Amino acid sequence: MNSSLLILIPALPLATFLLLGLFGRKFIGNFSGIIGTLSLAVSAAISLITAYNYFFGFGKAGDAFVATIPFQFVWLRFSETLSINMGILLDPISVMMIVVVTFVSLMVHIYSLGYMKGEERYATYYSFLSLFTFSMLGLVLSTNIFQTYIFWELVGVSSFLLIGFYYNKPSAVAAAKKAFIVTRFADLGFLIGILILSYYSETLDFGTLIERFTTTGSPFAQAASSATFLGVSALTWGLTLVFVGGAGKSAMFPLHVWLPDAMEGPTPVSALIHAATMVVAGVYLVARLFPVFSIACPVALEIVAYTGAVSALIAALIACTQTDIKRVLAYSTMSQIGYMMFALGVSDFGGESGLGYTASMFHLFTHAMFKALLFLGAGAVIHYVHSNEMKDMGGLRKFLPITHITFLIACLAIAGVPPFSGFFSKEEILLAAFHSNPLIYYVALITAGITAFYMFRLYFSIFWNKPFVSHGESHHGEGPATMLFPLAVLGILAVSSGWIPFGEFVSTDGKVLATETHLDFSILPVALSLGGIVIAFVFYKSTTAYPDRIANRLGSFTHTVKNKFYIDEIYLFVTKKIVFNLVGRPAAWIDRNIVDGMMNTFGAAAQVFSFSISGIQSGRVQNYAAYFLTGIIGLALLFIYVWIH
Amino acid sequence: MNEIGLTHLLVLSTSLFFIGVYGFLTRRNLIVMLMSVELLLNSVNINFLAFNKYLFPGKLDGVFFSLFIITIAAAEAAVAIAIIINLYRRHKSIDVEDAEVMRD
Repeated sequence: MNSSLLILIPALPLATFLLLGLFGRKFIGNFSGIIGTLSLAVSAAISLITAYNYFFGFGKAGDAFVATIPFQFVWLRFSETLSINMGILLDPISVMMIVVVTFVSLMVHIYSLGYMKGEERYATYYSFLSLFTFSMLGLVLSTNIFQTYIFWELVGVSSFLLIGFYYNKPSAVAAAKKAFIVTRFADLGFLIGILILSYYSETLDFGTLIERFTTTGSPFAQAASSATFLGVSALTWGLTLVFVGGAGKSAMFPLHVWLPDAMEGPTPVSALIHAATMVVAGVYLVARLFPVFSIACPVALEIVAYTGAVSALIAALIACTQTDIKRVLAYSTMSQIGYMMFALGVSDFGGESGLGYTASMFHLFTHAMFKALLFLGAGAVIHYVHSNEMKDMGGLRKFLPITHITFLIACLAIAGVPPFSGFFSKEEILLAAFHSNPLIYYVALITAGITAFYMFRLYFSIFWNKPFVSHGESHHGEGPATMLFPLAVLGILAVSSGWIPFGEFVSTDGKVLATETHLDFSILPVALSLGGIVIAFVFYKSTTAYPDRIANRLGSFTHTVKNKFYIDEIYLFVTKKIVFNLVGRPAAWIDRNIVDGMMNTFGAAAQVFSFSISGIQSGRVQNYAAYFLTGIIGLALLFIYVWIH
Repeated sequence: MNEIGLTHLLVLSTSLFFIGVYGFLTRRNLIVMLMSVELLLNSVNINFLAFNKYLFPGKLDGVFFSLFIITIAAAEAAVAIAIIINLYRRHKSIDVEDAEVMRD
């Protein structure tokens, strides 16, 4: 594989970002979209070729896929042994990720040609999209953990910029700040984790780090596991803190609060960043360090598993009560990422027991397709209705036929109905959970049923329920071809991507993992999903009283769920009441009264003194002469005194 | 005590000096103040000459200093009168209180 061609994959979006960012608004204007899309199309094509060459060519050594580094240079050298490198790492998951990122990004670029048309900051929008794509590609291709961290922050920044794209809307600004602060807070954990891991392994490089921690009897691993802090080994601390960073980015409970608010950004951005790519960065990070988690530190992996399971269930419950369609999708994203997380958490390293890992990556892949489709479909609906609220929708199937079909496909896929893609990946996850952790398996099973219910609640509320009331003026059609084409392409992929034999390409040890669908095992989850769909059909096919009646019966529980378990309120309480009062106020008091006070006292003293002596400079020459004379007499007396004694 | 001695001259110069100081501090007319300054300088001159005559009769250092002082006093008077004329042009007065504005 030609390495200079590989560099183009992240370099093209970077070049586009610089071009559009510097000259876009003034000189390029409406061509920005075309330029961005074309450059990304080239990038996506190279990614696909690379993936083909990797999986069917140079990637295989013997019977296993190996990681190769076709390109690397020293970026920052600290000492002889420690330096930060920048490079490109190719292994099954990074190759899969570049395909997902460039492909979904390309679809979003094309879709935005129509969706964002006529927007005042059109060029800026495309430059931000390019920046994000560049950062995400740099993140997945990282050869070392510090490169990951740099690009990790870059995706955070581009996410911040895009959420706050409508910067004259206060809620968007607040959401952007919230997303940035919450993920930044989590990234502090990530940074400390990196420092701990690299301190004990004496390297930043992924390959070396994994090798040093997982080799039995390696001095590095022993040092890391024998050093303890608060009774927990340094290795566990390091991995858990790295996972905290991942959980922040991937919106895992309890750091998920930013994701629903992030829906304030333009809908295509939600599809790209907050559904398909950036939010799975946490899953990717855990997968990248999976051997360390699995072999050296199973405790940290259990934390991953339970965090994932709790997030999946909580998010699914909340999704049932939300009325903003993008928020429903946001919670469903969180729930599905929870699936990926606990799939990693229940997995073991090597052979058959590594099924969870494969399943997680598989679900990441299929989820990227159908969730991007759902968001783009939701974008088309919002574009048509000019509202995010379910109550303004209903009966849209005749007005938006293509959106309707593709949305239905995506809903079936996420609900796990065969033969759509979500079915295959979800079955693998459930199977992996079934074999290793029954508790998580049952949580996942319940979540699967709820998922089917809330997705079809969404579907029926948008497309059936009640006849559509148009908002006045004679209406435009479904949308331009640039918006429908990505829907169609993603629709096809949402159906077909499940048939990819993923185990042949991605597994913990790189060897082929045979996966087959067990029909008898699938009956229960599929039945639950269908049950969820049927309930949604009965409740929401047309306007009925059932939902309200159930909500009333459950009473305070519904209320709690509807208010998202009061997690936002808890955060506000902790920050406003505890952190601000107990830390912020004393600090402010010290700053104001002691630090500033000292300076002010000096200043005031100098001022008082100078005021008191400023009267001496009266401008009267005779007074000056008198002072002078007094001084001279004083000196003369002094000299005489000294002279005599 | 009919011979004029060093003490007489010192008493004279000291009296002259303090008359000058008194004049400088109390008069408000700039010209009078300038005259007082001349008195001060001349009292110093008398001192120099007296010490020269009575203590070091073989030398002329004191005389030279006196000559210097007379020269400088002349130059100083020229400068001072130039300043006074300028002040007068501005304020139509040569009262020292009107020169207070020069403070700023």
